[in-house]
Amino acid sequence: MVRLITHNLLACHAKGCTTNNFPLKLQDVVVEVREAEFNADFLRGFLPRIEWTALVNAAKELGDTSLPLEMPEMVDDEFLKNLHHVLLEIHVDEGAMVCPNCGHKYPIMNGIPNMLLAEHEIG
Amino acid sequence: MIPTPDLSHLKREDYDHVYEPAEDTFILLDALEQDASELRELTPRVCLEIGPGSGCVTSFVGSILGTSCLYLTSDINAHASLCALRTGRQNKVVVDPVTANLVDPFRSRLYRNVDLLIFNPPYVLTDELEVVDAQEQGGIAGAWAGGTIGMQVTDVVLDQLDELLSPTGRFYLVAVKQNDVHNLQRRVQEKFNVQSEVVLQRRAGREHLFVVRFMR
Ligand SMILES: [Zn+2]
Repeated sequence: MVRLITHNLLACHAKGCTTNNFPLKLQDVVVEVREAEFNADFLRGFLPRIEWTALVNAAKELGDTSLPLEMPEMVDDEFLKNLHHVLLEIHVDEGAMVCPNCGHKYPIMNGIPNMLLAEHEIG
Repeated sequence: MIPTPDLSHLKREDYDHVYEPAEDTFILLDALEQDASELRELTPRVCLEIGPGSGCVTSFVGSILGTSCLYLTSDINAHASLCALRTGRQNKVVVDPVTANLVDPFRSRLYRNVDLLIFNPPYVLTDELEVVDAQEQGGIAGAWAGGTIGMQVTDVVLDQLDELLSPTGRFYLVAVKQNDVHNLQRRVQEKFNVQSEVVLQRRAGREHLFVVRFMR
């Protein structure tokens, strides 16, 4: 499934597309929420690897505004609960991710993003 | 003892499209199990398996590390991505598969951010044209067509090792004798100063299989 944690790690890699190629814009999405086991240590450990603004904006596109615009310095339980939900429980099952720079469209089917490029698009 | 993942949900038809776990898979599971407590101590947050096939290996790692880690897989074969997802579910491991060529779409965001990298490459000796054909078709042939010395795809991954591994990152690679394991280890050491060790080796029929563990 394309969860927002995965979305936060994917960039467009089409030939010549090296700037403004992240984050990919979610389009025509079918979203489902599936409960996941809460693990505070994982969230704390993963936090420094998140592109925060990309995550906040992607969550907003999917209708979740629970995250603060800036990554908080003090991490409390309520914040971790919201982060857990946004990163790990919102699944994009169908739709596409579109590159903000070159417009390349990466389809999502059965919860799996297809990031393959055609031969002439490979950098 | 960590149980081998339950693959009973996969049918004959699935194995027409994805590689069915075999000796090379099992030696990798054994190597990971051998390192299980060390791996838990390292608390990896990002695990990335290239070419998961059935999803057996990632699910196995999931049963070692639980929810303390993110399990990404990347396979050129969309059916393998689906199997990795289903095998995860069957074994209560949440797997996030991506259909892609090696690590391409992760390269910028996972720059030195992979804590656990796993690759059981296609290593059967085939000629170069067959490799290109097999990878382009994106089907099961991609799982076994390995190249002149079974190394073409492995070489691409090894060249990216320095930009993938996190400071405490590890890479588990399955190799066969024909890969010239010693030479491969030396090349990575010279190029990136990444150390490696053969952590397990065994004979399986005509193959001599190795698991090489790389770490900074
Ligand atoms: Zn692009």
